[in-house]
Amino acid sequence: MASTQLHGASVGDRIYRYTTTAFALSIPLLLVLLAFEVAVAAWPALKAFHLGFLTSSAWDAVNGTFGAAPAIYGTIVSSLLALLIATPLAIGVAIFLSEFAPSWLRQPVAFLVDLLAAIPSVVYGLWGIFVLVPFLREQVMPFLADRLHLGDTPLFSGPAYGPSMLAAGLILAIMVLPYISSVTREVLMAVPRSQREAALALGATRWEMIWGAVLPYASSGVMGSVILGLGRALGETMAVTMVIGNRHEISSSLFAPGYTMASVIANEFSEATNDMHLSALMAVGAVLLAITLMVNIIARWLVWRVERRGQA
Amino acid sequence: MTTITAPLAPEAPPSDARPGAVAVENFSFWYGPKQALFDISLDLVPREVTALIGPSGCGKSTFLRSINRMHDLLPGTRSTGRILLDGEDVLDRSVDVVQLRQRIGMVFQRSNPFPRSIYDNVAWGPRLNRRPSRSALDEIVEQALRRAALWDEVKDRLRTSALGLSGGQQQRLCIARALANEPEVLLLDEPASALDPIATQRIEELLWELKKELTIVIVTHNLQQAGRVSDRTAFFYLGELIEHGPTDQLFTAPREERTEAYITGRFG
Repeated sequence: MASTQLHGASVGDRIYRYTTTAFALSIPLLLVLLAFEVAVAAWPALKAFHLGFLTSSAWDAVNGTFGAAPAIYGTIVSSLLALLIATPLAIGVAIFLSEFAPSWLRQPVAFLVDLLAAIPSVVYGLWGIFVLVPFLREQVMPFLADRLHLGDTPLFSGPAYGPSMLAAGLILAIMVLPYISSVTREVLMAVPRSQREAALALGATRWEMIWGAVLPYASSGVMGSVILGLGRALGETMAVTMVIGNRHEISSSLFAPGYTMASVIANEFSEATNDMHLSALMAVGAVLLAITLMVNIIARWLVWRVERRGQA
Repeated sequence: MTTITAPLAPEAPPSDARPGAVAVENFSFWYGPKQALFDISLDLVPREVTALIGPSGCGKSTFLRSINRMHDLLPGTRSTGRILLDGEDVLDRSVDVVQLRQRIGMVFQRSNPFPRSIYDNVAWGPRLNRRPSRSALDEIVEQALRRAALWDEVKDRLRTSALGLSGGQQQRLCIARALANEPEVLLLDEPASALDPIATQRIEELLWELKKELTIVIVTHNLQQAGRVSDRTAFFYLGELIEHGPTDQLFTAPREERTEAYITGRFG
C-alpha cells in the first residue's frame, strides 16, 4: 500500500539520519572527553604550583617540583624558528607551482613536496641525528660563530654540541613546509581569474600581478596556512625529541640544547612513578592541547575567510 | 587631458594618425586548432563608440581581447594579420604589452575591484606604472573618479573598501581605475550585463561623455544598448565580421540578410 511505503521510507530516512548524526557527533564528543580527562588529571599539579607551573624552570621529579617554562619556551621558539625558515620557502614554492610552473612540471613537483608530509616523523629524526646534527656541529655552527663572528651574540653563543634548538627548528621547518605550501597553493589558485585580469589589463607584469593583486587577495589565507604549519610544529614530537638535546633549561642561544612540551611527555611518561609527576605531565599536555587548538582554530578561520570571499 | 603616446616598440615607425586610432587588418585568430576569428578588417575611430554585436560565441569578445593582447597568457593561441594602434602593430613580438595595456584600458563583464579601498583601486595603475608623488596621485585619483561620474558619490569615503559599493558603482570604479592610466582606447566587454536598468543608463551616459576624449569599443548583447551608445556598429557571426557601418544605417538599412535577421530578432 502506498501509505505504508511512504511511512517505511520515512522511518528508513530517520534511522539513517540518527545514525549519521551520532557518528558525526562522536568526534567532537571524543575531543571534549579527551580534553576533560587531561584537565582532570592535570588538576593536582596546577593546583600545587599555580602559575609557577608556567613560569618556573625547576623540573625536579625527585623533589617533586615542576615548572614547565623551558618546555613551553622550547616549543614556541623551535616552532617560530621553523616558520621563519619554512614560510618564505613554502610561499615561493606555492607561487612557482600555481603561477609559473609549466603544466607538465606542476603535478610532479607538487606531489614531491606533498610527499615530504608523508615521511614518518621518526625517519626525519634519524636523518636529523646522523646527518643534520653532525653537519650543524662541524660546518654550520663553526661557520656562524667563527667565520661570521656571530659567536659573541646571544643567539649564536656557547659550545656547538650539535643537538640544539637550531637543529629542532631546521627539522621542523622541513616538516611543516609541505603543509604551508600546499594550502598556500590552493589559496592562490582560488583567487578569481577576474582579479588577475584586472591587474594585467592595468599594465601589470606577471610579477606585479602576483605581488599586487593575487597575494593581497589571498593574504589572510596564506596567513592561515602559516598558522596551520605552526599548529603542526607545536605538536611535533618524535623528530624534535631526537635532535633538540632534551635539557630543562632556557637559553638564548640557538646552539644550546632545549626541550619541548611534546618531548617532555614522550621522554618521561614511562618513568613518571609518583602521582605528582604524572599530573605534571598531564598539565604539560593540557597546555599543549590548549595552544594547538587555539592555533588551529585561528588558521581554519583565516583560510575559510578567503574561500568564502572567492565564492562571493 | 594628456595622452601618453610613448612608442610601443623601439623601432616603430612614426605615425600621423590621431591618437587612439585602431586599424585592424585581415586579423584571424585561433584557440589551438579551432579558428575563432576569420579575416577581420575594421577601423576603430577616435572619439567614437564602436559597438560589437552578435550572438554568443560569435567571437566579439575574442576580438576585443585581442586588441590589448589579453590572450597572451593563454597557451596555444595564435593569430595572423595586423592590429595597428596609431600605426604600430600591437601584435608585434617586440611590443611591450605592459605599455600597450596602459594605452588600451579594459573593463570586464563582471566588475572586478580589488579588495582594497576605493582610493587604492584607482591608484593601482598609476602607482605601478608612473610612480607619481602623493599629491599628484591624489589629483589623478580625483580626476579619474570625476571622469567616471563617481566622485560625488565616493569622495567622503575614499578610504573605505571598494567592495562596499553597489554593483553599478563598482563597475564605474573599474572604469575610473582604467581611466587613471590615461588610456587612448577603452575596451568594454559587456560592462552593463550584470547591472539593473538605472545603473546601466548611468554607464551609457558615461560612455557618451568619455568618447569626447577616447576611442571606445563596447561588446554588447543588448541591441538597444548598441543603438543608444554607439556611432558605429560591427556585426559578428560565427567568427566573421558580417557587416559594419554607422549604427543608424546598420540598424535601419542593413546590407546583409544575416544582419537583418539578427537585429530583427530572428536568431541570436
